[in-house]
Parts: sequence; structure tokens; C-alpha cells
Amino acid sequence: MNRQSRFVISVLSFGYAFLYVPLILVIVYSFNDSRIATIWGGFSTRWYGELLRNDQILDAALLSLTIAATSATGATILGTMAGLVLARFGRFKGRTLFAGMISSPMVMPEVITGLSLLLLFVTLQQLTGWPAQRGFSTITIAHTTFSMAYVAVIVQSRLVAMDESLEEAAMDLGGRPLRVVFDITLPLIAPAMVAGWLLSFTLSLDDLVIASFVSGPGSTTLPMYIFSKVKLGVSPDINALATIIIVTVSIGVAIAWLVGRHVNKPR
Amino acid sequence: MKDFIRIQGVSKLFGDFVAVDNVDLEIARGELFSILGGSGCGKTTLLRMLAGFEVPSSGSIQIDGVDVTHQAPYDRPVNMMFQSYAIFPHMNVASNIGYGLRREGVAKGEIARRVDEMLELVQLGDFKNRKPDALSGGQRQRVALARALIKRPKVLLLDEPLAALDKKLRERTQFELMNIQDELGITFVVVTHDQEEAMTLSSRIVVMNQGRFEQVGTPKEIYEFPVNRFVADFIGTINTFEGVVTVVEEERIEVYCEQIGDTLTALGRQLVEVGQAVQIAVRPEKIFVSKERPENDKDVCIEGVVDDLGYLGNRSLYRVRLKSGRVIQVSSQNRRRSVTRFLEWEDDVWISWRPRSAVLLLD
Amino acid sequence: MSAVSSKRDQVWRNIAVATPYLWLLVFFLAPFAIILKISLADPVIAQPPFTPTFDDQGRIAASVDSFRFLLTDKLYAITYVRSVVMAAAATILCLALGFPMAYGIARSSASVRSLLLLLIVLPFWISFLLRVYAWMGLMNNYGVINNFLMWLGVIDSPIQIMYTDFAVFVGLAYSYLPFMILPLYATLERMDISLVEAAQDLGASRTRAFWDVTWPLAKPGVIAGCLLVFIPAMGEYVIPYLLGGPESLLIGRVLFDEFFVNRDWPLASAVAIVLLILLVVPIVLLQRYQARDQENTA
Repeated sequence: MNRQSRFVISVLSFGYAFLYVPLILVIVYSFNDSRIATIWGGFSTRWYGELLRNDQILDAALLSLTIAATSATGATILGTMAGLVLARFGRFKGRTLFAGMISSPMVMPEVITGLSLLLLFVTLQQLTGWPAQRGFSTITIAHTTFSMAYVAVIVQSRLVAMDESLEEAAMDLGGRPLRVVFDITLPLIAPAMVAGWLLSFTLSLDDLVIASFVSGPGSTTLPMYIFSKVKLGVSPDINALATIIIVTVSIGVAIAWLVGRHVNKPR
Repeated sequence: MKDFIRIQGVSKLFGDFVAVDNVDLEIARGELFSILGGSGCGKTTLLRMLAGFEVPSSGSIQIDGVDVTHQAPYDRPVNMMFQSYAIFPHMNVASNIGYGLRREGVAKGEIARRVDEMLELVQLGDFKNRKPDALSGGQRQRVALARALIKRPKVLLLDEPLAALDKKLRERTQFELMNIQDELGITFVVVTHDQEEAMTLSSRIVVMNQGRFEQVGTPKEIYEFPVNRFVADFIGTINTFEGVVTVVEEERIEVYCEQIGDTLTALGRQLVEVGQAVQIAVRPEKIFVSKERPENDKDVCIEGVVDDLGYLGNRSLYRVRLKSGRVIQVSSQNRRRSVTRFLEWEDDVWISWRPRSAVLLLD
Repeated sequence: MSAVSSKRDQVWRNIAVATPYLWLLVFFLAPFAIILKISLADPVIAQPPFTPTFDDQGRIAASVDSFRFLLTDKLYAITYVRSVVMAAAATILCLALGFPMAYGIARSSASVRSLLLLLIVLPFWISFLLRVYAWMGLMNNYGVINNFLMWLGVIDSPIQIMYTDFAVFVGLAYSYLPFMILPLYATLERMDISLVEAAQDLGASRTRAFWDVTWPLAKPGVIAGCLLVFIPAMGEYVIPYLLGGPESLLIGRVLFDEFFVNRDWPLASAVAIVLLILLVVPIVLLQRYQARDQENTA
């Protein structure tokens, strides 16, 4: 069965090269001493040093991480509720609309989501005075909104796969519904919630377009800062930053994978 | 008390689908009562209404004199053993069993004591701290049982309690269940699709079909005196002959059966009239098969040919083709030990049965 | 849980429904109503830069000027068509590359498979922006590709790769390839290999068996993968901005510029609504597919 045709193997090799060669080159060039990033001028780590002295980047990174953590937490709470409602509450008035609103943000082009949210914030400000300033809070709300859809879907599919009689058994033994949620449901969907939180965190860190729409003066997220620099062309300190991100993410994912493989191994 | 559980005019509709159709039932205290039926017959829905997971569309349910129709599952004096056992995978055996008492707010020491008691009852003392994924199927079944019994419910509901076990274990567990029920005196209501299981376990059985009750009775009544074709077919195998009533005497009815061109006799007190279309039904083990014509002329005797035979160890099954082409199933005990067969394919034989062994079915 | 429950429990139930529901109504549905409203206004130099919906007498002051402009101005029509063509081309490249890859992964041995799959998912966790940026260093006039080709002697002066439609096309395919592979992998992995073997046993050649068995069974995955690539590619902003030239306009970038550069909010809203209308069919298709997939895995 493991006889793969030569065609499949060559496409696989080409595909993985296509995915990874650009990233590897970024890493290689981040150690390039030359200011013109694409011409090799000898090995150097000077761009990493410059990165650490660049307060703008550090501020942007800190803002991005704070937004990512806050919005991921909000999205996990709201998304878990939504997933629970969709998987366990049966039919109720307005369920179709609810399910539609959950699945739509994931397939909506970013420019539309970004524009629509900005127009909402402008309108709200006219009507109520809030938000007085766009920035941290508006970006966090925007990210929470599209991330919660992902969490809801992850939680919902975990719940659908889970035997509902576990919750029924707890109720049968005297647990009131809210109690059962905390005793049985949440402990069992915790892995899905963690996965949802991590995904939301990443989506938030990754987002440029929506943040560009809903941010205000003085709130520049990391992707916005990177974008403003790379608009002008390849830049060596962005190579260094990209390398740090690629290596950190790869190590994190690799650890998660190894741990997951160990856990799933049959005894 | 005959009406410990009283189900009155209960129906359950899911959209247009009638899952349970206007049923009435009374179950006495301490009974081991089985609800028997094929998949989709409504038996699980009925059980879930007793547990409180479904609300009847109409009708009422009383347990020990209290109307529980609209009571939430967590307020009912009823516990359930789920078909999947529904053991909480993130709690060890002792926490699983003690869960119901913790929700009741029982003191810690008391919980520990009663959990130990239950562990002893189901013989799981050594497994107290095990996680559920380190238990065998039979052990999980016993954890589920202990967990459902610890609150000393008035009624224990069991949804296909043995379906997940293999055959050997199932037989042993059946008797354990009966012993525990006997010891505790709790009323058991069992849902099952397995007629053998229902027969061995229960004091009484209800046979369900398409949301309705076909027959309620003891295992013996249901097997020996099925009220209709469905029950007769569902419980075990049965041969049926369609015919028309020709003679009605006291306790003796003669039916002319066109299929085999002969008149069959049955004993029965059913109210039938001459000319009515009925069915005569005979269980395979009630039929004798022999090479010579039996002498007793009161018995029903028909000539045939052995069409097929199967050796099952303790008994043999024969399919006997009658002159009319009808094939009758006969089961006979293998009392003697022998390597040669008593009958061979294509042997000419006589089949016979006593009139009192036949059942008269009206539909 | 259709069980009976008391009033107190009903309250919690309602809270669980209402919280995410209200959030989505306010932050997801309401914005679309506002886009629609603003697209029917006229642009003015003011803050905010559009006319109010109701005039002084309280009458509705809707104007379809923005839509009329969109439909009559050739530039927009061309941009929409270019976006569709570009997104479709990238989708086809992703499918051509992604199908054999997904097939190869699904048919590899269990130990290798999880690693191969991990390498497909990994780019998701690395910044999208930085992955696009990586191509800038490759496709530059003095970038890796040109240097390599010159070293080989194929060309003697750099050829223009960056800032062309080709660069945008490659960038789209590169960024969205994992979106194609994952649903394809999911359907191919679920497929029973003995079906193909049965077809071959009954006399089908390898190619025949592929078109008769594998392809029809993989269709749901193909459809999902294509939609997952096509829909975001249609609205893409970053890739055309960084890799495309000034002429390679795609609709996402036009919307962005209309809003931020020209400050014509009604027109930007109208552009968004027309884009949404173009995408309604694929979006509904995708949602239906995902709902069915959810049921199947249950």
C-alpha cells in the first residue's frame, strides 16, 4: 500500500519545497551582514541586536500580544457558550440565524469584516459617544468577534462527538444543568477550548487588514508595523523578526506535536 | 402495591413521528420489568420519559403515588444505567460512584462509607482508584450499576444493560443483576431488544411495536400464549398456518387450512365463530418428527420430507417440506449420543403435535 | 437536552444563548446593515464623510449614485473580473498541486503521515504577512530567483517578476495552498482504499480507477478546498499590495484605497456590497458543505 507513484512523490517534494524554501531563505538572510538584504555580505547577527533596540517594534509586539491574549480569552468564553448552545440546546427560536452568524465570520473576506466593523464603531460613536477612541478596545472586539466563530466550531464538533449520555447521567444523579456544565461538560471539552484559545491567539497576532480598519492613531499592532516597513521593500531587521517568529512557532508546534503523539500512543 | 409506577395514556411525538402511542402500564414495587421490542419501537423513548429526559406529549407518569410527569431528571427518585454506561472519563471509579451523593450534599465520610459498600456489592473493591479507561467492559458495567444504585432510587432504569458485553459475560451478569435486584428490592425497569435476556431476567415483560404495547405478561405467558402474530414471531420462532374456523366446540376449535389441505385442531377459549379467518401457530420444539406415523390419533399428523437439517449440539433443527410445499421448522433435543444421524436429507417423515401445543391467533 | 427544567435553570440557559447571540447581533449583523445604509448615502467632506440617511424633513434620503457609478465605470467592472480570474487561477493551481499532495499524505504510512500533515498546518501558525514578505526576497530584481537564473546562465539581466500579475498569482497560491490540502486530505483519508482495489480487481486501470472511484468520492473535499481558497483570494489585500504592480488591481485593494485614500465611504461600502453579492453563492455553498461535514463526523 505504501507504494506511492513517482508522480505523487515528486509533487509532494515540490509542494513542500514551495511551502518552505521561502521561509528558509528568510532565515538565512536574517544573518546577512549586508544592508541590501538580498546580497550576501557575510554572517552577522547585527539585525537581531537592532531589533532589540527598536522600541517601536517592541511596543507594537507588546500591544499585539495583549490584544491577542485578551481577545482569545473573550473569544473562548463566547465561543464555548455558542458551541454549547448549538450542540446541546436543541431547537429554539432564532437558531438558524444564530448558526448562520457563527459560521459567517470565518468565510467573510477580511476587507468586508474590517470595513463593516469600522463603520459600526463610527456610528456607535456618533450615537453614544463610545468608543471615544479607536485602538486597543476596538481591535480586541473585532478579533473576539471573528475568533469566537472558530472556537464555537471547534467546541461544537467536540461536543457532537461526545456521548451526550454523560451529561444526562450527571443530571440523572442529581446535578442541575449549570452544575453539570461545570462538573462534566467543561472538563471534557477543555482540550477543545485550549485549542480554540491558541487558534484565536494566533489569528489575532496574524491579522493586519481588520486591525488596520478599526485601529486609531497611536495603536500600531505588530503586523501593521511590519506592513508599513515592508511596503518599502525587503528589510533586514524584518528578516530577523520573521526568523524569531518562525523559529518560536516551529518549536512550539513541534513540542505540542511530540507531546500529543506521546499521549495518543496506545498503551 | 400493584401500581407503584403508573403510566397513563402516555404519548410522545417528535414532530409528526409518533414514538410512543397512548400507552397505559402499571408496574408493582420490586418487580423486574422488561420493555422488549425492536429498534425504533419506542422503548427507549418510554424509558427516557420515566427518567425525565423527555416530556410526554400527553398523559401522565406517577411513581409511588407522586406525579413526576413534569419533574426534572435531577428531582426524580429514579436513576438510570445508560446503554453506553456513560462513565465520566475524567473521574476515577470511586468519584464516579460517589457523584450522585456529592450532588445531594451528603457528608464526606458518609459518601466514602457508602461508596465502599457499593464497591463491595459489585465486587470492584480493588478498582476504587482506577480511571475508567483502565477498566474492562464488564467492570464498566458494574461501575455504572453501582453509581446508579448508590442513591437508593425507588426505580432503577436500565437501558440495554448487557448489550455491550460478550455472550459468556452476558449470561453471568444476568444472574448477578437478578441477585442484586433481589437483595435490594428496588424496582428495575429494563429496556432490551434481546428476547432471551428479557425472558431470563424479568418477572413481567411488555412487548412493544410501533409505539404501542402488543402484550404485557410473564415470560411464560408471552411465550406460550402470544396474543397475536407479532408477539409470536418476535419471541422465538413459530410456524403459522392460515385457515378458516369450521367447528367450534367447548375448548376445541377446528380450522381448515387450505395451504396443507387438512383440518387442524387447537385448544382455546377465544371467542371465534365458524367461518372466521384465523392462524394456528406451533413452536418448533412442540413438534415431533418421526419416520413412522405416530399412533395417537388425537395428535395432528402431517406427512413430509426432510428438506434441510442442522446440528446445533444440544438439539437439531429440521426443515420439513410438506406435500403442499410449505416448509415447517422442527427442533428436537439430542438426548442420545450418536455419530450417525437419526434423519437424513430427503427422508420421508411424519410431523405431529398435540392440539394443546398449538395457539390460535386472531391477527 | 429537551428535559424538563425549573425556572432557575431556565435563566442560565437563557444567559448562555443570549450572550453570544447579542454579541454577534451587535458586532456582526448590525455592521452589515450600516454598510448598506452608508452605501446609499452621498459622499461629503465632513466628519463622518457621508450624508445622513434622513434629511431635514425626516424623509429617507437614499441615493444609488455609488452603485450607478460602480456599474458604469469600466475600471470597477474590469477590477471585479480580474479578481475573479485571478482567484480562480490561484484556486486551480492550488488544486493541481494540492490534490496529489493530499493524496500522497493520505496514503503514506501512519508514522510519516502525522509529520507531513504537521508541515502543512505549520504555516497557519506563522504570520501570513511574513510568509508573503518572504516572496519579496525571492522575486526581487536582485532576489534569489533572478540571481539563481543568472548564475545558471539562463538570463543575463534580471527579469521582472515582482510587481506583476504572475507574482500575485504565485503569492495567492502559496498562501492558500494549505486551505486546499486540509479538506482534501480529510476526505481522501476517510476513503476506503479497498474501493480502489475493488475497481482494479474488476479490471480498471490505475488511471481509470482514479477517475471512476477516487475523484467522485473526493468531490466534497475538492469543492470545500476550492471555496476555501477562492473566497479569501477574492478579497485579498496584502498580496496584491506587496507583490502586485500598480496596474494589478484587485477588488480588495480598491476597496481599501477607496476608503482610506479617497475617503469615499459610500463608494467603498458599495464596493463591499457588490463583492459580497458576488461571493454569496460560494459562501452559502461552503456553509452547506461544512454543516454536512459536521454531521458526517458526528
